Amino acid sequence: MEPAERVARESYGRLVAWLAARTRDVAAAEDALSEAFAAALRTWPQTGPPDNPEAWLFAAAKRRLIDAARRRAVAHAGEDRLALAMEEIEEDMAAAHDMPDRRLGLMFACAHPAIDPGVRTALMLQTVLGLNADRIAAAFLVEPAAMGQRLVRAKRKIRDSGVPFSIPEPALWPARITAVLDAIYAAFAEGWIDADGADGERRALAEEAIWLGRVLARAAPQEPEALGLLALMLHLEARRGARRDGAGAFVPLGAQDCALWNEPMIVEAERTLFAAAARRRVGRFQLEAAIQSAHAARRRLGATDWAAIVSIYDALVALTGSPVARLNRAAAQAQAAGAAAALEDLDALAGELDDYQPYWALRAHLLEAVGRDGEARAAYGEGIAREHDAAVVRYLKEKAARLTATVEDRP
Amino acid sequence: MKYAILIYETPEEFAERDDEALRGAYWGAYTAYGQSLGQGGVAAGGAGLLPPSTATTLRLRGGSRQVVDGPYAETKEQLGGFFLIEASDLDAALDWAAKCPAATRGAIEVRPVMSM
Repeated sequence: MEPAERVARESYGRLVAWLAARTRDVAAAEDALSEAFAAALRTWPQTGPPDNPEAWLFAAAKRRLIDAARRRAVAHAGEDRLALAMEEIEEDMAAAHDMPDRRLGLMFACAHPAIDPGVRTALMLQTVLGLNADRIAAAFLVEPAAMGQRLVRAKRKIRDSGVPFSIPEPALWPARITAVLDAIYAAFAEGWIDADGADGERRALAEEAIWLGRVLARAAPQEPEALGLLALMLHLEARRGARRDGAGAFVPLGAQDCALWNEPMIVEAERTLFAAAARRRVGRFQLEAAIQSAHAARRRLGATDWAAIVSIYDALVALTGSPVARLNRAAAQAQAAGAAAALEDLDALAGELDDYQPYWALRAHLLEAVGRDGEARAAYGEGIAREHDAAVVRYLKEKAARLTATVEDRP
Repeated sequence: MKYAILIYETPEEFAERDDEALRGAYWGAYTAYGQSLGQGGVAAGGAGLLPPSTATTLRLRGGSRQVVDGPYAETKEQLGGFFLIEASDLDAALDWAAKCPAATRGAIEVRPVMSM
């Protein structure tokens, strides 16, 4: 990323938050800001960049907001009010160096319960990072026009319903911060699905999510789960280069070459998780990061401490009750205590994860390990039918084919 | 901003309005709620509505009136009344909505009022 682009990215969400603070009109703020960026690109090369680029951009965007209000022939009183409000914001801004990052308020607005959960992630990517609707649509595999409409609708809801750009009161904080974390993690998960590099937009989404995670972790360092989420994403992202072999085939975690993991990213993840733990308030993302941290330890210890991983999953299951956590616990249990024990855990999950590929893949693997080949083959088939990632489908098909081969080899 | 707190009540709540044993608690809760809106400095109007059985719905189609007995939509919860409040933002309005007696059994719809 170019230095200028980096500054623009860093300032974008803050400027949107400031510009829309009084009117809550995110769309108008973004329009004004894009004109201000265009003006900067025209004039800065001649005049040199201003001492405070953010204040320059704010002033330019502010003039455009007021001009736009004038063009819309709003009553004069309204226009004066807007100008006055902008002056006040500018004063606030000058005095605000130590205030919490305004982008945090914007994130809370995007993930407000009054906003459709399906659009929160996209809304955050757009308003905080400045991603355009076409890029977001490409990453989420939806039609650009449809994505554009959903974003427009969400911004109207924020403006017309008075969704606040503020940090919620303590009683509301846990639910609200969870919505923000979930929206960021959803972006990461979208970018994580397709790791073979065929689709750059999706892969870039994981990087955007990490950027959002960093913004959140800096804006809310007192929130251990914000740090936990960042640590989790960094741990997973650190393994991107090891998830596919030279031929693009899927490589499961246990078979990955640790030398291909991104060491600086793992170190940052560990430092971030350590800072979270110091807050002494455990949560879902910290536990998930701790599990990834235990996997990362293989690069130093040469082996994986599966019993430790099972016990972290126990804590995660106790906290969330999530069937996916129970599934992953069973996978760890298979390593720690054998396939038969894990299969019992999996039987207890029957019916809860029927549409989830990893459930069938794990079930097939365990059935194969205990010699129930016929059932294993059927389970591989169920998993393959539910997977969209081509490399994972190939991997599962190969495993199923090997199984078939062994069966046929038998006399 | 001005918000409408639209109160959707269950049939049981509508019945409590005239029930010898329950009407005291029912009306007492709404009187207290109205007073708290006044004391909070947010009250901006409102009205209670008679039950949906008293509703008449009209449509004008091709110049002729179609008038039918009953409320516009046959749903379990029905509009029982509304308050208008002045609140700084949606969260503040939702906080007031959460205190409305119907919030625990029926539902409260919060809508911004058009500025004229």
